[in-house]
Amino acid sequence: MSEALKIELGRRYRFAASHRLHTDVLSVEENARVYGKCNNPYGHGHNYVLEISVSGTLDPSTGMIANLVDLDGFVEREVIEAFDHKSLNEDVPAFREKVPTTENVCREIYQRLKHFPKARLERVRVEETSNNAFEYTGEEN
Amino acid sequence: MVYLTRKIEFSASHLYHNPAFSAEENKRVFGKCNNPHGHGHNYSLEVTVAGDPDPVTGMVLDLKELKEILEREITQRMDHRFLNYEVPELKGQIPTCENIARVIWNLLEPRILQGKLHRVRLYETPDLFADCYRNGAKPA
Repeated sequence: MSEALKIELGRRYRFAASHRLHTDVLSVEENARVYGKCNNPYGHGHNYVLEISVSGTLDPSTGMIANLVDLDGFVEREVIEAFDHKSLNEDVPAFREKVPTTENVCREIYQRLKHFPKARLERVRVEETSNNAFEYTGEEN
Repeated sequence: MVYLTRKIEFSASHLYHNPAFSAEENKRVFGKCNNPHGHGHNYSLEVTVAGDPDPVTGMVLDLKELKEILEREITQRMDHRFLNYEVPELKGQIPTCENIARVIWNLLEPRILQGKLHRVRLYETPDLFADCYRNGAKPA
């Protein structure tokens, strides 16, 4: 393949989960002020859409960066099984310490997917609703 | 720099089969996509051109012109075609989303004379797509 071009494969997945935005660092009033409705003590839920992009060399015998069966299986095991129909705060250990904002959800998913053995993870995008989307490429300032 | 994106759709059939593989290997690697009679998709193509708007017209390039390029180079070549057999640019390649996106890039890049082709994004389904960039370009 021509090295002049970079090809990425993009794939979208879905999971439904609940969360509550709250931090013990802030007072009750501050939590309510900062997080508004998202601070409701019983939590609330979203239908999340996860979009990932991976890059790599096209295997000339298959025309693929990565076989979708491998990619889907990896994402299913690493993310969907852990997040779908779960409470992010209670069921995902990373969110015992960190507030499960979608920014942090993006980062957590990136950490879980960056070891995909067949291609390089380029980007994680999470749509919390159809009006809110967050992206993370692994870059930290 | 401004990025302008135009979208088109085309419908086409394809199948994945590598003659160097055995029948069982083809089945194992390509799964349902190996069905010998093929299957089809409604492809959606987003073409992004980057450039500075012309100070007189305010345009990166004339959308009418981009529309004609896409009609001539892509729609006429691929719409309602069997990609394996009717698109010579894909001869000898498995017509995956990745390979079709690359072929589309190579067809469009020399035709876009105002601005620069920045990204080709080809959706095979709403949940599966391939992006093609010139290496080193920052995704926008």
